Amino acid sequence: MLEIISELSRWAIPVVLLVVPLIAALRKVKVYETFVDGAEAGFATAIKTIPYLVAMLVAIGIFRASGAMEVLVKTLSPALNIIGLPTEVLPHAIMRPLSGGAALGIASDIIKTYGPDSFLGRLVSTMQGSCDTTFYVLTLYFGSVGIRKYRYSVILGLVSDLTTLVASVLIVRTIF
Amino acid sequence: MVNLVWLGMIVMGILVSGVKGNIEVVTKVALDSANDAVKISISLIAIMTFWLGIIKLAEEAGLIRALAWLVRPVMRFLFPSVPKDHPAMGAIVMNLSANILGLGNAATPMGLIAMRELQKLNNGREDTASDAMCTFLALNTSCVTLIPTTIIGIRLIYGSVDPTDIVGPTIMATAVSMAAAIIVDRLLRFFYTDRRR
Repeated sequence: MLEIISELSRWAIPVVLLVVPLIAALRKVKVYETFVDGAEAGFATAIKTIPYLVAMLVAIGIFRASGAMEVLVKTLSPALNIIGLPTEVLPHAIMRPLSGGAALGIASDIIKTYGPDSFLGRLVSTMQGSCDTTFYVLTLYFGSVGIRKYRYSVILGLVSDLTTLVASVLIVRTIF
Repeated sequence: MVNLVWLGMIVMGILVSGVKGNIEVVTKVALDSANDAVKISISLIAIMTFWLGIIKLAEEAGLIRALAWLVRPVMRFLFPSVPKDHPAMGAIVMNLSANILGLGNAATPMGLIAMRELQKLNNGREDTASDAMCTFLALNTSCVTLIPTTIIGIRLIYGSVDPTDIVGPTIMATAVSMAAAIIVDRLLRFFYTDRRR
């Protein structure tokens, strides 16, 4: 099963790149001209994300580098203990929506310290795999079309990340 | 909410740095992060240009509409505000598929194309997220790759007996959070409607 999926991943883009221009040509689309016409918007779209990404990454960077995370972990740990979640993975849970790289570093640390096949090792692996860098995605996607008012997206993203945390704990505890 | 999170990270970060006596870190990190952000945007130019070209071809060939038509039943339920067979539906499906297959380089451009299409439907409120955008981003951030290759690699390095045994739990946790995202999205949409229009 895993082999099939990874083969699919390897072939997906080349197949798209072959099939799309071929079908376009069969439908009498002027392929080269149309490609260039569409591609023209690439520069503007990418550049438009700069102010949004700068704003968000600077805030995340300051938060990360200051050690504010330890303070947050200490504050939240008691609440986590009450609902029976292991506090060791809290730094990962906090960092995961903010920075993919930082979260991966924390995950590697936990795997190294407790072993990949321990409860915590498996838990943090599951969390790393089933969550996304929510804030980065929101910033980038909204930024590309100039949206500043995110309405309920942030709450929604956080709720979904929290659900993943709880679900991961329950699932890993049940399966292994 | 985003204002609160943003301010919170900066204020907390600077206060903690001050108390810990490493306040000089703040200035350096701020500039470094700004630099990283610009680098990300610049590197987006190449992949965005490339994929926008391909997508334009797919659009002219009628492939995006065909894709939108194929997934119509599910998408009508998830995105009631998007007209049926709209190109946005095709772009959303391509973004989610690329995400699931772990094709990061294709997923982001497809996602931005989907946002562009959704923005075309966002009448009159160009600076505010539409319902469909909120739903799309909730799906996007809760649905992730089937094979988390990076973490499997790390498990392998640290001597896991079966590095891939977390794939099943990962998919299950993803499914739960996706379901939660869809349900909570509907609830929040209901509460937030009066602020808009």
